[in-house]
Amino acid sequence: MSMSSLLTITPWPIVSAATLLVLLVAALYFARDTARQVIHAAAGALAQGLRVASHAVTRAQERLAARNRAVLLAAGREAKERIVEREFVRVGDTVRKDLAGYPDMRRRLSESIQRIEEDQEKAVEVPPEAPGWAQAIKVIAEVKGRSTNTEILEDIHRSTVKAHEEAMADYRKASGERHALLRRMMPDWRLIQETLERVNKSVESVLARALAIDHHMEEYEAIVRGEDRAVSVLSSSSIVYFFVSALVLAVATAGTAVNFTLIARPMAEMVGGTNFIGAFRTADIAALVIIMVEISMGLFLMESLRITRLFPVIGALSDKMRVRMIFMTFAVLLMMASIEAGLAYMREVLLQDELATSSLLRGDNGAVIVNPHLWITTAAQMGMGFVLPFALVFVAIPLETFVHSLRTVVGLVGIAVLQSLALILRLLGNGCRHLGTLAQRLYDLPLFVPLWIESRRMAHEAVARSRLAVAATPWKEAQS
Amino acid sequence: MNARLALSLAALALGSCARTGPHNTGVYLLVDTSGSYNLQVRKAQQISLYALSRLQSADSIAVATINTGSFTEKDIIAKATLDDRPSTANQQKRAFASTIVKFVDESVPAPYTDITGGLLQAVEFLKEKNTSRKEILILSDMKEELAKGYIRDIPLDLKGFDVVALNVTKLRSDNFDPRLYLSRLDIWREKVEKGGGHWRVINDLDHLDGLL
Repeated sequence: MSMSSLLTITPWPIVSAATLLVLLVAALYFARDTARQVIHAAAGALAQGLRVASHAVTRAQERLAARNRAVLLAAGREAKERIVEREFVRVGDTVRKDLAGYPDMRRRLSESIQRIEEDQEKAVEVPPEAPGWAQAIKVIAEVKGRSTNTEILEDIHRSTVKAHEEAMADYRKASGERHALLRRMMPDWRLIQETLERVNKSVESVLARALAIDHHMEEYEAIVRGEDRAVSVLSSSSIVYFFVSALVLAVATAGTAVNFTLIARPMAEMVGGTNFIGAFRTADIAALVIIMVEISMGLFLMESLRITRLFPVIGALSDKMRVRMIFMTFAVLLMMASIEAGLAYMREVLLQDELATSSLLRGDNGAVIVNPHLWITTAAQMGMGFVLPFALVFVAIPLETFVHSLRTVVGLVGIAVLQSLALILRLLGNGCRHLGTLAQRLYDLPLFVPLWIESRRMAHEAVARSRLAVAATPWKEAQS
Repeated sequence: MNARLALSLAALALGSCARTGPHNTGVYLLVDTSGSYNLQVRKAQQISLYALSRLQSADSIAVATINTGSFTEKDIIAKATLDDRPSTANQQKRAFASTIVKFVDESVPAPYTDITGGLLQAVEFLKEKNTSRKEILILSDMKEELAKGYIRDIPLDLKGFDVVALNVTKLRSDNFDPRLYLSRLDIWREKVEKGGGHWRVINDLDHLDGLL
């Protein structure tokens, strides 16, 4: 039934419209309670559902946070264990090295000290002989007879001077010998000093390592206790590692792209330039496979060297097997690098060939200007082709860091997303409740006339009831 | 559930490995050697070299003359399918170019012009090569003159073909009545499009950039 037909229920459209409006308002008024209940129930159900969903998301976020915390602590514990283990190995190496040389050092020190003692004993200063002539000269001088005494005294004087000179010569000789002995002690002193300095250095190194171990152990204990501060530190470190490793991986990807450019064109000579696998040229895929094999070999080499720990199987191999694997992967890498250098050279040859052909087809009669410094580009390409595979070996280190930190970062992002989702759901739930109230108010809006009448009627009834109550009160008082 | 997932992944992998059909191009150049147009034959060298410079490995090219009876392999001056390996393809291009230069130097005028026969031969050649893109280049004034006994009122099957008329020169009679020139081109356009082909005319040989 269209609107125009509705307006024809009476001969006058305005009257028809007014009648319809009155009927509509009446219908809405009589259905008001039911409609309000429906709106209330619908809004309440929606709000309740959203609140439940929000709680579920919050619980999921808490579970994820707990899981992430456990992962972080486990990763941090493992990293600290590795660091402490490495520090202990270093301390062990230092101690072993020093202790291995200890008997020799002790023997040399003892010998030096013994030599010094012997030399010191030899170098003891002999006191000059006591003058035995002084008393005799005095006695003789007091004897009577001047001339005889004078001669005797002169003889004595000469003898004394001579004895003095001899004594001085002996003294100088003895002093010289003592100085020589002291000089001979110098190397022994230096040896002792050097040995003690070496010992001091080793002790200081061990002390420094001990301090570092103490520091790491404190952090390790904090991690084991699961302290919030430790988790916070590990979390921020993980984010930093993630971005740094992502940056290095981006650089490595650029290197891979350069490597790909170097070998993709000459690969067409090997596998053909027109074969396709899916939408990709077989030559491109072959070049990419070579680069991927190189990266894989680099990963295995790093694993075998125990620099990275991505594959526990390789880490658990016996040392003999690991060494074999190191040589094997290195040999494959060397072979690949040589192949790449050859392909890079081939690329230059092909490029020149194409230039010559293009020149001929342009009508230049093959007159291509040959650059005399072209060998520099060729050599640079070959060098890059040889070096890049080895450079890509080191991708394993940032890759390991990236993989480990990715888990944490993804967890953190997941937590943030779940938190936001829970908040949005809670807001939507509250919004639904308020929307229900608003819908009830909007429903009442066209019913303002009957509602006004109803309120007036209720007010009138209330007044009437109160009057009745007042009138009934004296009657009751009289009865009582 | 797991088996279904594995099957889906296998199907996806196989689908991605499937060949998506040929990506190559086939070019057939018809060079009109009849009468006065023989003077324009040197331009065939320019067009051939341009086409060679645009072609890649696995593309095919042939150059044939239009003369009295052109529906024959004997009129093919040179043909080649470029090798997979770029270096060999370059060698082929150089050899092809030298053959064309030799042909241009030794070309002799033909008394009649069998364009339709040449077109039929081109269609046959390119269909045999099964290239994804098929280009027939016609270096001619597009005035067909058949010798007695040659029947060429044959519908052409040119679905998937691009037919390009190059350097369509005006004849003396066209200068008197240009409608002759225009109607000649219209007839050929109609003929090509009726056969399902795509028709183009390029008269400025210095701007062949959009050709291949």
